[in-house]
Amino acid sequence: MATSDEMYQAVIIEHARSPRNYKPLVTPTHHCDGRNPLCGDEVSLDLTVDAEGRITDIGFQGQGCAISKASASMMTAAIKGKTVPEARELFERFHALVTGEPTDEKALGKLVAFKGVAAYPMRVKCATMGWHVMMEALDENREKRPNGSEQ
Amino acid sequence: MTALASSLRGTFPVLGTLSRGHPMIYLDSAATAQKPQAVIDAMTRFYTQDYGTIHRGVYQVSERATLAWDAARERVAHFLTAATADEVVFVRGTTEAINLVAESFLKPRIKPGATVLVTEMEHHANIVPWQLAGAKTVPIPISDTGELDLVAAERLLAAGCEMLAVCHVSNALGTINPVVELCRMAKRHGVPVLIDGAQAAPHLCIDVQAIGCDFYCFSGHKVYGPTGIGALWAKREHLAKMPPYQGGGDMIDLVTFEGTTYAPAPRKFEAGTPHIAGAIGLEAALRWLDALDRVALRREEEELLAFGTGLLAEVPGLRLIGSAREKAGILTFVIEGVHPHDIASILDHDGVCIRAGHHCTQPLHRRLGVQSTARASLALYSTRDDLEKLAHGLVKIQRMFN
Repeated sequence: MATSDEMYQAVIIEHARSPRNYKPLVTPTHHCDGRNPLCGDEVSLDLTVDAEGRITDIGFQGQGCAISKASASMMTAAIKGKTVPEARELFERFHALVTGEPTDEKALGKLVAFKGVAAYPMRVKCATMGWHVMMEALDENREKRPNGSEQ
Repeated sequence: MTALASSLRGTFPVLGTLSRGHPMIYLDSAATAQKPQAVIDAMTRFYTQDYGTIHRGVYQVSERATLAWDAARERVAHFLTAATADEVVFVRGTTEAINLVAESFLKPRIKPGATVLVTEMEHHANIVPWQLAGAKTVPIPISDTGELDLVAAERLLAAGCEMLAVCHVSNALGTINPVVELCRMAKRHGVPVLIDGAQAAPHLCIDVQAIGCDFYCFSGHKVYGPTGIGALWAKREHLAKMPPYQGGGDMIDLVTFEGTTYAPAPRKFEAGTPHIAGAIGLEAALRWLDALDRVALRREEEELLAFGTGLLAEVPGLRLIGSAREKAGILTFVIEGVHPHDIASILDHDGVCIRAGHHCTQPLHRRLGVQSTARASLALYSTRDDLEKLAHGLVKIQRMFN
């Protein structure tokens, strides 16, 4: 393991190898697909938000580099159980972290592993792709995934 | 390190700099080549001592600029072994050259939906312009090793098409295509041929007359010259018949509000004040190349490619993509369990610059069944040491992820 590779922390590689919540949801309330045309990376994200606005389940699938995969994986672990406003707030903090803006690092928990990305502007998109897809899924406020089995 | 590469390396200032705190190992020359001091000096001299516009001034610097511009065209003609410099049009690069031919040559000749034959290994720049001109692009298939299927090419040519557009050397596979044979086949079917020489120009000696094509184009920045300048070579009879690509100053004969007559080719295709410094830099690059023993350099590159191929074959889990018998210095690969962007990023931490992605060849990647690949590409300053550092880094990365 190369200790100097600040961007590639052990926890990031571990999540890239065994991503958490790597699954489609059977009955999601929200869904969004994202694609980065520059590198071809893809993320497909499902969320279940209950009546109180709490994210009770989340699953993602996709193809991408270790940074994008680990970021999506750690995001799902971080926002499961949170309310939509809390998830939004976490996204703001995470975005600040990877773009080198000041933020409350303690509030980010394990996500602070992505701090090294700030030194590599070309990789910020990889680290935030899953997050952007999540925000879009919540913004669109879809009732069912468009390609779901019910339809 | 080969004798020639080591002697040339010192003439590229950027190769003596650090990247992320490490000596730079530049292995992305297929994307763009670094610049020798001669090119940098020529452009600096132009801007500091001789700067003026072309064709319009009677004063000294304008006269010098005009002469330098004309000399650059002569140099390009010589580089391509063209019969005359009048067949050379300055453009921004290969992309603009192909767009010019698609718009001014193909579009007036065809009905929408007509076929342009391309190949599965084409760069987007040799696919999209034909589609924009209203044509349907039909690919000649390739083998799994990355060679064109010439039997299929013959069949597709016989089936009828308006144009054949093919790369001389593939930017993703390194394959050197049999362009002479392809032109001969196309000629039998009366099909005009455009050769995208972007990747061939830095590696091969080009003879457009021997190739027998109708159009040939390349970019200055891949042959050690500046960005924003390149050349389209076309047979004189085509240039004479083609309408202008863009209108503006310098491309005219007589302008009235009722109508305009145009300057003869190649000026008909060079509207506006061009990239004069770019042409001067390109002239310096080609002159610098001309002074080298390019046959010996090509032999050294073949040896270096074989050396690199051997080194990469020893990296666990690595699969080389593109193993044509005739190949230029391009090593494209994937490593089991590691995304190409991670490969490029981690190598970059140690100052090793390679490319990751689809290399503007999405259809090729689809054909090969891979989403993206990593690519190390060689230039005449590349050394065995560069490739050893690459292979060392790849072994480390493979261990990190597996």
